[in-house]
Amino acid sequence: MLQRFRHPWTDDRAERTLGAASLIVGVVVVAMVAFVAVHAWPTFAHDGLSWLGPGGNLKDQTEAMQATGAHAPASAYHLNAWPIVYGTLLSTALAVLLALPLAVFSSIFIVELAPRRLRAIAIPVIRLLASVPSVVYGLIGVLVLVPFVGNHIVSDSEKAKYASEVQLNGYSLIVTVAILAVMITPIMVALICEALASVPKTWREGAIALGLNPLRAILAVVVRAARPAIVAAAVLATARALGEAVMVYMVSGVNFWSPRPGDGVTFFFEPLRTLASTIVAFAEGASAPALRSALYAFALLLLFSSLALSVAGYLIKLPLRKYQVRA
Amino acid sequence: MNAFAPSKGDAGPPALRPASGHGRRSSPFSWRWIDRLALAWAWTAGLLLCLIAGAIVVYMGIRGIQYLRPALLAERPAVGASQSETGGFLDPLEGTGILTLIGILLATPLGVCSALWITEYGRPSWLARIVETSIEVVAGTPDIVIALPPLFTATRDGLQAVPKHMREAAYAIGKTRIATIRRVLLPSVRSNIATGVTLGVSRTIGDTAIVVLLLGLTLRSEPQGSVPGIGLLRGTGSTLTTYVFQNSPAGEGAAPQKAYAAAFVLLVFVLALNLVVGRIGRRQADELGLGAAGAIV
Repeated sequence: MLQRFRHPWTDDRAERTLGAASLIVGVVVVAMVAFVAVHAWPTFAHDGLSWLGPGGNLKDQTEAMQATGAHAPASAYHLNAWPIVYGTLLSTALAVLLALPLAVFSSIFIVELAPRRLRAIAIPVIRLLASVPSVVYGLIGVLVLVPFVGNHIVSDSEKAKYASEVQLNGYSLIVTVAILAVMITPIMVALICEALASVPKTWREGAIALGLNPLRAILAVVVRAARPAIVAAAVLATARALGEAVMVYMVSGVNFWSPRPGDGVTFFFEPLRTLASTIVAFAEGASAPALRSALYAFALLLLFSSLALSVAGYLIKLPLRKYQVRA
Repeated sequence: MNAFAPSKGDAGPPALRPASGHGRRSSPFSWRWIDRLALAWAWTAGLLLCLIAGAIVVYMGIRGIQYLRPALLAERPAVGASQSETGGFLDPLEGTGILTLIGILLATPLGVCSALWITEYGRPSWLARIVETSIEVVAGTPDIVIALPPLFTATRDGLQAVPKHMREAAYAIGKTRIATIRRVLLPSVRSNIATGVTLGVSRTIGDTAIVVLLLGLTLRSEPQGSVPGIGLLRGTGSTLTTYVFQNSPAGEGAAPQKAYAAAFVLLVFVLALNLVVGRIGRRQADELGLGAAGAIV
């Protein structure tokens, strides 16, 4: 056996073996998506895509789902998931909007401005930020930021004003968005830095020679050339923020409230729920078939958004190749 | 200031003047306010990120030293009323270890093989595209992260960075593709694979959601069946991440001190792995003469 393995492989055999290994990977992933889709089917079968829409009370609906036994009647599949879809879109959009300027300018700082020694510190530090487990972010959020916002930022009068509808105890949109932004910034920084570094130095030098000041040259030439990579980075970071489950679950509050823009500043202090964090929330109670199917439907939605976003990220980066900039 | 600014009557043709100042380097103080603002913001953003990372590490370090006792590492979790009775996190530590080991043992050959196949063979190309996209989807869905995507990506990028002429030289002296892979390509992407493995380990250690969903939310490992090894694998269990999750206010919430201690251990692992990745990356950058800017994640 060992002898056979040591014997030089023929190319054919190597190709087949390596191909089989890749095929396993592909099949596993496709099977996973198919598995989720099959389990999500009852929800889609009951009312098509309208379960994404508003109306009804999601809290009552999930409770009703849990109350039904192993053989759920068709009515138990009724679902209006808009609050959590809205929560997902809202937190993701705000986090990406907050993270984008931070990421672009810190990439400029790292690639173009930072003195050598500072850059040598900044790169590993940002890499560290990317690899802190989300549960640690969640822990810091729930034990430090949430009490801080609840006790010091939200005033008592605000709490009293909304007490009948929602408890403003610090589990809030603003904490979720802030931590999400910190979590996705390093991913963007990595991609943007790569693109900025691969723009030929001569372009920038040419711009400076034409009379632009160094920063203007960076913004007008280097950042402009790397624009597709910046958009792609934002898209990939969006995918990451959409799927973040544990951290969001820990800091965003536990009821199905959706923050109302009409409430002014209080909007940012209201709790929310997202798709991914809902899956984690019901991880243990998902024995009721109706609820389980709903959770699989959420997962399928996330998987497809992720697929769409990663394809979009790839397509957006294509124009970069035209300039021979490899990123 | 600007070479294309309208010139005063007494000035010479603008093109003959030095572009900025009188041959001096342009100082930010002579720039327009918007440029100065952008410069300040770039510095702020860069330093802010470093500051946040520093604050997290320092804060967790203080909490960790405050609450971590050696006994915690050696005791099994127990049911108790107060934080002094609930034991330590030996089981979660073991859980993390076992899970990471299995994950890496499964993912390394699969990730390296698929990366090799896609970059070196990749026929039929539609199949290669499907496999590549599916791995990217798994990677993009962060909480379904397993060790595979970072491994695959690191190896693939390493292979793509190997100059074409190295392959051509090997083919020119009559080596087959697989011989080229074994003698030329694999040795030169060894450090990429090492980076991928380390990143994979750090993802696996840090992942929570998939463990919560698949392994359940118990604190002790509860083997099923009587065969020692297999029983442990079939039963429910916990890892450091689920332990932190369960002991935080989001879980049962009784023991923030335990959560801090376990999170500190987690962070130490991740930091150590990060140092390893950095070391490998730097050596590789030295060998290949590459800039370090591209090697962040």
